[in-house]
Amino acid sequence: MKFIQELPVLIIVIPLIFALIIPLTGRLNRLIPWIIASTITFFCFLISISLLMTVLDTGRISYWLGGWEPPWGIEYAIDYLNAFVLVVVSFIAFIVSLYSKKSVEMEIDEDKTSTFYSVYMLFITGLMGIVITGDIFNIYVFLEISSLAGYALIAIGKKREALVASYNYLILGTIAATFILIGIGYIYMATGTLNIADLQERLPALFHSKMVLVALGFFTVGLSLKLALFPLHAWLPGAYTHAPSVVSCIMAATATKVGVYAMLRIIFGVFRIEFDIHFIPIANILIVVSSIAIIAGSAIAITQTNLKRMLAYSSVGQIGYIVLGAVLANQLAMTGSIIHILNHALMKGALFMVVGCIVYKTGIEDISGLRGMGKKMPFTMGVFTVAGLSMMGVPLTVGFVSKWYIAVGALHAGMWYLIPVIITGSLLAAVYVWRIIVNIYFPDELPEQALQYTDGGTEITDHESQYSEAPWIMLGPTMALAALCIYFGISATAPLYVAEKAAVMLLQ
Amino acid sequence: METVYSSIPFLAMVTPLCAIALILIFNNKPNLRETWTILASLTKFGLIVSMLPAILDGKVIECSIVTVLPGLDISFKIDALGIFFALTASFLWILTSFYSIGYVRTLNEHAQTRYFICFAVAISATIGVAFSGNMFTTYLFYELITFSTYALVAHKETPEARKGAKVYFVFLFGTSVAFLLSATFLTYYATGTLDFSNQGIFNDARGRGLSDVFLIVTFGLFIAGTSKAAMMPFHAWLPRAMVAPTPVSAFLHAVAVVKSGIFIIVKIVLHLFGINLLNELRLGTALAYCASFTIIVSSVIALRQDNLKARLAYSTVAQLSYVIFGVALLTPSGIAGSVMHIVIHAFGKITLFFCAGAIYAVTHKTKISELDGIGKKMPFTMAAFSLAALSLIGIPPLGGFISKWYLAKGAIEAGEIPLIAVLVVSSILNACYFLPIVYKAFFKELPQGETAERNEAPIIMVVPLVLTAIGTLSLFFVPSLFLDLAKMVVAGLN
Repeated sequence: MKFIQELPVLIIVIPLIFALIIPLTGRLNRLIPWIIASTITFFCFLISISLLMTVLDTGRISYWLGGWEPPWGIEYAIDYLNAFVLVVVSFIAFIVSLYSKKSVEMEIDEDKTSTFYSVYMLFITGLMGIVITGDIFNIYVFLEISSLAGYALIAIGKKREALVASYNYLILGTIAATFILIGIGYIYMATGTLNIADLQERLPALFHSKMVLVALGFFTVGLSLKLALFPLHAWLPGAYTHAPSVVSCIMAATATKVGVYAMLRIIFGVFRIEFDIHFIPIANILIVVSSIAIIAGSAIAITQTNLKRMLAYSSVGQIGYIVLGAVLANQLAMTGSIIHILNHALMKGALFMVVGCIVYKTGIEDISGLRGMGKKMPFTMGVFTVAGLSMMGVPLTVGFVSKWYIAVGALHAGMWYLIPVIITGSLLAAVYVWRIIVNIYFPDELPEQALQYTDGGTEITDHESQYSEAPWIMLGPTMALAALCIYFGISATAPLYVAEKAAVMLLQ
Repeated sequence: METVYSSIPFLAMVTPLCAIALILIFNNKPNLRETWTILASLTKFGLIVSMLPAILDGKVIECSIVTVLPGLDISFKIDALGIFFALTASFLWILTSFYSIGYVRTLNEHAQTRYFICFAVAISATIGVAFSGNMFTTYLFYELITFSTYALVAHKETPEARKGAKVYFVFLFGTSVAFLLSATFLTYYATGTLDFSNQGIFNDARGRGLSDVFLIVTFGLFIAGTSKAAMMPFHAWLPRAMVAPTPVSAFLHAVAVVKSGIFIIVKIVLHLFGINLLNELRLGTALAYCASFTIIVSSVIALRQDNLKARLAYSTVAQLSYVIFGVALLTPSGIAGSVMHIVIHAFGKITLFFCAGAIYAVTHKTKISELDGIGKKMPFTMAAFSLAALSLIGIPPLGGFISKWYLAKGAIEAGEIPLIAVLVVSSILNACYFLPIVYKAFFKELPQGETAERNEAPIIMVVPLVLTAIGTLSLFFVPSLFLDLAKMVVAGLN
C-alpha cells in the first residue's frame, strides 16, 4: 500500500538510480544497459498508467516530497494533463528503448554504449520530472537535467557535425533555460511562492504588476525556444539531423512535447487565460506566430533532401499546430492541441524509427535512398506510408483527429481565416510526404549503382535477395507505433476523454 | 420512413477488402488469384441485391461502424439513391473483373497482383461512398478512392503514366482537402451535425441564423471540393487519367470514381442543403448554368480529339454534368432524370471504354483516324460501340432517351427555357463526335495492307462489352427497377 502511494516519486527516482547503475554494470556485459533501460522504462510506463487510472478515479493526486507541506515543500501534482503527457512520454521512452538495441550498435561506439543508456535514462527522468512536478523551480531543475542529457545524447554519435549541432543546441538551450529561470525569479519576487497551485491563486491579484508582465514575456520566449516554435527553432534541424537515429526519435517524439506541456502549464495554468488575452495579448501574438510556424515549417520541409532534416522541419510545423490549438483558448481547440501531443509523438516517432531502420540497412539518410524501397523493405515502407498519411491528415489516422479539433475550435473562436492555414499545412505536408511515397512504390529510375546493403555496418554478400527488411527488434516497435496511429485514428474516444478533461481544467 | 438495422452494408463494403489477403497469398497462381476477385464481386453484388427488397418497400437500412471521435462516426445509411448507385457499381464490377482479366493477360501487363488489389480497394471505397450516412464517412471513402486509384492510374509506370498520375492526385487530393474538408468543417460548426437528412441539414438548421453568404460560400466549397465530378474548371484530371490501362479507365472513370463524385454532389444538393434552401438562394439555377457550360464546352473539346480515349474522357466530363444539371433543376423530373442518367451513362460509357480497350488489345490502335473499316474486323465490338453511342446521344430505343426525356421535362418544370436549348445542342454535339466513329468503322475501307478477317478480342473481353451494350438497350425497355428507385429518391425528399 505504501508503495502505491509513493508511485509519483518512484517514477522519477527509479530511472534516476538506474541511470547511475548502468555505467557500473555495463562493464560486465554489452547487453545489460539495454536490458536495464528497456525494463525500467517499461516499469515507468506501467506506473504512469496506474497514475492515470488513479487520476481518472479520484481526481488530482498530490504528493509531498519528503512529507514537507507545500508551498514550502516540493509538491508533485498529477492531474489529467500531467497524467496524459506522462503516459505518452513513458510509452515512447519504452518503445524507443526496445528499438534502440541494434540502432545503437551501429551508430554509437561500443565503449560508449553504457554511457548512452545512462544518459538516456537521465534524459527520460528529466522529461518525466518536468511533467510530474507541481513546483515551478523544480520544472527548471528537471529542464536542465533533460537539456544537458539531451546535449550529450546528440553528441554521442560518430558524426562530427553532431558536435556542432549539440553545441548550438547547448547555447540556445541555456539561453532558454536562463530566460525561464528569470521568469521564475520574477514570479517568486512577486508572489513569494514557487508552488504552481499556489501561484495560480495568488497571481490574479498581481496581474497589473509590471513584474508579472515581464515574467510572462521571459517565460514565453524561453519556452518557445525550448519548443522550437518558429522563429526560435534554429537548433532543431541540426540536432535532429546529426544525432544518432534513436536520439532523433526520442527527442522528436518527447522533448518538444514536454516543452509544450510546460508552456501549457505555465501560460495557461499559472498565468490563466484571462491574463493571456486581456492584459497582454500573448494569445494573439502566438496565434500569428504559430500560423507562420505551420506554414514555414512545412514549406521548408519540402526543400530538404535529407530525410531527417525534412522530418525536423516537419516537426516545427506540427509544433505550430499544437501551439495554435492551445492559444485559441476554447475547449475544442485545446483538446486538439493536447491530443496532438499524443498523435504527433506517434507519427513522428514512427517516421524517425523508419529512418533509423533505413540507416541501419543502407546507411543512407537521403530521400533518394528510399527509391523503390517498397519491394525491399515492405513493412518499413508500410509504416512510412501510414505515418505519412497521418501527417497529411487523412481520415482514419491520428493526424486527422487533431486537425479536426483544431479546425472546428478555430471556427468556434470565430477565426475562420485560420482554416486556410490549417488546410495549407496539410497540403504542404502532402507535398513532401506524397512525393516520397510515390518514389517508394513507383520509383522513376533505378539508382546508378545498386545500394550497398549493410546489416548494422557489416556488409551482406547476398545482394540477390529481393527482400531485406530491418531486424525484428527494430521493426516491431516501428510497426507498433504505426498500428497505434491507425488505432487511435479509428477510435480516438479513449485518449480524447482524458484530453477533453485536461482542456476543461486548463481553461477554467 | 422505417429504419432497419443490419450489418449487411458493412459486409458488402468489406468483401473485396477480405479478398485482398487471398489475392496476395495466391500471388503466383493467376487463375486462383483471379477467382477471388470474381467471387468477391459476385458476393458483393449478391449482398447488395439482398438489401433491395427492404429499400423498395420504403425502408432505410442503417449500419453504424465506429465512432472516431465525439460527433464523427463512420456509419452507413442506405436509401434509394444509395442502393441505386451501389447496384450499378457492383454489377458493373463483375463484368469489369472478367474484362480486366482478359485485358491484362492479352497485353501481359506487369504487377497484376497490385492491379487487382487496388481495384478491390477502389470498389470497396466506392460502395462506402454509396452507403455513407454522413459527410465524414463520405469524405473518408472519397479519399480512399483517390489513394487506391492512384496506383491504378500510375500502373504502367511510364513517364507519361507518372505525370498523369501526379496531376490526378494533386487535383483530387488538393481540391478535396482545400475545399471539401473546409466545407465539412464549416458544416459541422454551423449545424453541429454531419448526418445527411431528407430535407437537407442546412435546411433543417435555417433557424440558426446562418447568413446567405455563409451558405453560398459553403455550397461553393462543396462543389469545388468534389472534383471527382469533373465539373469545369476542376475537370483537368480526367483526360490525364486516361494513361491508365483501359479497364481502369472504363470502370473507375466511367463508373466508380466519377460516379461517386456526382453521387456526392447529388447528396450535397438534396440531403445537405435541400431543395427549398437552394431554391431560395437561387443556387440551383447557378449550378445548372455552370453544369451547362461544362456540357457544351466539354463536348466541343471532345470533337477535336483524335485519341479515342481522350474523346471518351471529354465526353464523360460532359455527361457527368448532365447529372449535375438534372439535380440542379431541383424539380421532380429533373432529379429523376439525373439519377437515371447515373446508370444510363455508366452502362453506355463502360461499353465504349471496353470497346476502346478491345481495339487496343487486338490492334494496338489508339487514334480514331486509324479506325477505318474496323467494323469488319471486330463486328461485335463495334456493334456494341454503336449501341452505346446511340444511347449516350439519347436516341430511342436506347436507354439514354429516358434520362434525356426526364431532364428535358425537368427543365420545363423549372421554367428555364435556355436550359432546354442546352440539352438539344449538346445532344447534337454528342452525335457529332460519336457518329463519325461508327461511320468510319462500318462504312469506310480498311487501310492498305489490312485484311478483312474477323479478329475479335478474346471472348472474355467481348462478352462483358456485349452484355453492357445489351444493358443500354434493356434500360429502355425494362427500366422499371432503376426508374422506380429514382422516383423513390424524389418521393423521399418530403
